[in-house]
Amino acid sequence: MLRILQFLYRIRAFLLFVFLEVVAVWMIVSNNSPQGAAFFNSSNAVIGSVLQKQADVVQFFSLADANEALTEENAKIMSELLALQSKPDSMPIALDSALEMNFQFKGARVIANSLRFSQNYLTLNKGSKDGVKPGMGVFNSEGAVGRVKSVSENYSVAFSLLNTSLLVSSKIKSTEVFGSVQWNGADAAEAKLLYVPRHVKTQEGDSVITSGFNAVFPEGILIGIISKVEADKKDPNYLDLTVRLSADFSKLTYVYLVENTRFNELDSLYRQAELTNEY
Amino acid sequence: MNIRTLISFTLLLLLLGLVQIFLLKNLALFGVAFGFLYLLGILILPTSIRTVPLLIIAFLLGFALDVFYETIGMHAAAATALAFVRPLWLKATSPTGGYDEAEVPSLSEIGVGRFVSYAFPLIFLYSLVFFIADQWGTGGFLGVINKSLFSAIFTTLLVILVQLLFFKRRRGI
Repeated sequence: MLRILQFLYRIRAFLLFVFLEVVAVWMIVSNNSPQGAAFFNSSNAVIGSVLQKQADVVQFFSLADANEALTEENAKIMSELLALQSKPDSMPIALDSALEMNFQFKGARVIANSLRFSQNYLTLNKGSKDGVKPGMGVFNSEGAVGRVKSVSENYSVAFSLLNTSLLVSSKIKSTEVFGSVQWNGADAAEAKLLYVPRHVKTQEGDSVITSGFNAVFPEGILIGIISKVEADKKDPNYLDLTVRLSADFSKLTYVYLVENTRFNELDSLYRQAELTNEY
Repeated sequence: MNIRTLISFTLLLLLLGLVQIFLLKNLALFGVAFGFLYLLGILILPTSIRTVPLLIIAFLLGFALDVFYETIGMHAAAATALAFVRPLWLKATSPTGGYDEAEVPSLSEIGVGRFVSYAFPLIFLYSLVFFIADQWGTGGFLGVINKSLFSAIFTTLLVILVQLLFFKRRRGI
């Protein structure tokens, strides 16, 4: 017995090494599973405030660009609003409940972002205090950006679209064929559109938009433009489509968060029907 | 190790951590070369330090960075691997007489050639573990090698430059 203890004591450094590695791997795995609870991340109050200070300084230099983008979007929204305003000779009619708005939007600022790893995350400066919930979609005026992963009181962490574990339900705008957009971990400007069957006629330049099937994004938010059409080498039943992402992830500053207010109802319906929601 | 070197090492680690978080976090040369300057803090701990405290220091340092990088566990795993191999590698590359008790394996103490042959393989190992953990399950082994190699070269250059610029010659630190 003493021999065993002596032996264990002699290799204590190795045992500690193995133990620490196991802890680290466990943390990696639990952090990367989409449903797993996050223990420590940048939504922590102290770390969030440090990152916010850093973002304050860095984003000062891109204020001009951000302003320009906001002005452009303002102009676009104003023209749309003008088209929607009712004429004096018309009368408002209550809409059918099926057509009621069931998405709510919020604004937030990106305070930390990465794009060089395989699993990239964004940190946003809005948290549960501002009504942010896990599962909300994140996009900006250029296109879809990600999905909220976890939330603290003042900050939240979101999967970037540049995260190999995030799938976004999407469709090709011209043909209405749906598939899933997933990043392959290589180029920060390109992603793959998966599960599009071979018989579908598509070409370079077709836009890819969100399908609205997975209750994270409303229908019709731009994701990107198809830049390459090839036959899938691994599975001959599908096409290998490369999508040039419309959002520029290297200079994300202001984003919108969208919440589907009917998410719980949909989710319980899916559960009742024993469907697993794809996202 | 007296109290003065303890304090100066703590300050050094803190400073390197801050530089890493505020400057090097968003930097990747050509999209492949990452700078892990904070490894300098683990590399130039005295040769007399035991493996157990070394492992704990490396793990905590890696974990602290992970929280800011949003890569929970990856830096910690890689830094722990580096810390475990460091004493073995130090023994393998030591001069025939062995190191002095109080010696620090820094650039000014052991010279450029020996320092590169000591630091580069360790940094490469670190980068390899880090990028394998990062790309796990997404394939692309070539990408891992590519990123690791260039990150290791870049980090080694950074580590040498910082020592040349900011460390006094012929002293611990």
